[in-house]
Amino acid sequence: MYRDKRIRIIVGHYGSGKTEFSVNYALKIAQQGKKVALVDLDIVNLYFRSREKEKVLEKSNVKVISSSIKASAVDIPAISAEAYAPLQDEKYDTILDIGGDPVGARVLGRYNDILKEGSYDMFYVLNANRPETNTLDKAIGYLNAIEGASRKKVTGIINNTHMLKSTTVDDVLKGQKLAKELSQKLEIPIKYIVALESVAVKLPDNLEGEIFPINLYMREDWML
Amino acid sequence: MAKVLMKGNEAIGAAAIEAGCKYFFGYPITPQSELPEYMAREMPKINGVFLQAESEIAAINMVYGAAGAGARVMTSSSSPGISLKQEGISYIAGAELPCLIVNIMRGGPGLGSIQPSQTDYFQATRGGGNGDYRLVVLAPANVQELVDLIIEGFDIADQYRNPVMILGDGMIGQMMEPVEFKKPKKRELPEKDWATTGTKGKRKPNIINSLYLAAEELEEHNKRLQEKYKAIKENEVKVESYNIEDADIVVAAYGTTSRIAKTAISQLEKEGYKVGLIRPISLWPFPYEEFNKISDKCKGVLTIEMNTGQMVDDVKIAVNGRFPVYFYGRTGGMVPTPNEIAEKVKESMEVKSNGCSI
Repeated sequence: MYRDKRIRIIVGHYGSGKTEFSVNYALKIAQQGKKVALVDLDIVNLYFRSREKEKVLEKSNVKVISSSIKASAVDIPAISAEAYAPLQDEKYDTILDIGGDPVGARVLGRYNDILKEGSYDMFYVLNANRPETNTLDKAIGYLNAIEGASRKKVTGIINNTHMLKSTTVDDVLKGQKLAKELSQKLEIPIKYIVALESVAVKLPDNLEGEIFPINLYMREDWML
Repeated sequence: MAKVLMKGNEAIGAAAIEAGCKYFFGYPITPQSELPEYMAREMPKINGVFLQAESEIAAINMVYGAAGAGARVMTSSSSPGISLKQEGISYIAGAELPCLIVNIMRGGPGLGSIQPSQTDYFQATRGGGNGDYRLVVLAPANVQELVDLIIEGFDIADQYRNPVMILGDGMIGQMMEPVEFKKPKKRELPEKDWATTGTKGKRKPNIINSLYLAAEELEEHNKRLQEKYKAIKENEVKVESYNIEDADIVVAAYGTTSRIAKTAISQLEKEGYKVGLIRPISLWPFPYEEFNKISDKCKGVLTIEMNTGQMVDDVKIAVNGRFPVYFYGRTGGMVPTPNEIAEKVKESMEVKSNGCSI
């Protein structure tokens, strides 16, 4: 499971579910006994960032790196120099949780000297229930723009099509159809199909990509 | 149209465009900047105008101008930015112009924080600007309701020639939820025969103004405004309530806080408590009469807000001494948890009657 490159970069349209995937992914590979770092490079969003879950993550031995200024209300793009450590230290399995859209992906330019082609996976998180990425053309548009801004190549597609806690199998399959069109058009494989655990068990087993059941760490009890 | 997932701030933009808003003037501020960003992207597609003004003061005066010309127009900001707009809001209310003003509140006072809060209740409902004016203030508790209130809000503004404020907290702006766009109930909207659209030589010029040179005229104007506000109070109260006829204690909360309270209430019900809820949706006009429906056996009303106690004043007016009124609040951008609220409900029930209500 999860035999991806040591460095995984998680990108996508704003609100596609990058952070929820990143947190779940980090916890899963930490459970395999690996030394894991989750680097929150989100300089776009100010709410619902992975750094908010630092306590949960650290308890599961995931090292969390984000801003060098430790305060929830900081809206300046200050990234800790510590972010270089798990990129260069090969003992780490590293996940980079990137802010949404091309504007969020621009932050990767800073690490261009380290992130050489072949040394990383860059996963494009796709949610077909988001109006800005619900057609093939729009999904390609965001993917191309993110590649342009980051100077990195997407190596895998993640179908993260959901409707929060009321996600159905049909939501996931609708997203899978779009992910497949995108995959065929750009010749990029579908790596994961993300779904709530209760939905994941009901998915057909002939889908392209690995089914990736998640818990919703970023949604409070009172949220939909 | 099928349900889609949208962040609150994006949904405000989409709903405004759905409602026929073609002009947006604003200035970015966290936590509502996704809205001007959305408008910058989407307005050109419908031949509308997005303009990032040089300041909040400029933006609200651009709204004044566009509304005076009869356009459907919106501006948005967050708490400190809304403070800057107050002069313009007072002028717009005085000149009786319809428009939508969105406040996605953050912690205060001053620059405060960027986290969610409800600290602008006084400012929104009592008027931060000068003069005897009122805004219609609508407070959504989820993204769907936000969309519905934006769309209806434009109609309310047009019907009464009055500015409407959508008062949400940062959480409502930032949270992603499923939404669909539905037509509101049809209202008979008056012609905008007062708008400055050019006389074409056929009528006297319309003048948009809030200055009166004769005291008698200004008093007449104020009387007319009050008549209008009376009609709004009669027609536009919106409230959701739950189990208030049978409750031992009633929680009063709006917006995000009301949702957390609902989760707390269902926890408490499992433990055998009977807890009701009054959720004002229109903060002005405030649903005072709803509180008369609370059963006599109720032991108190607990108001919960993300501030140090603002709506609680209206709750006290509404309760009118029938029950003790208690308050619990978090500030600074801290959001209460369902457990915290459940504990406060239990504590309030233990206070002896006629005890230490605030």
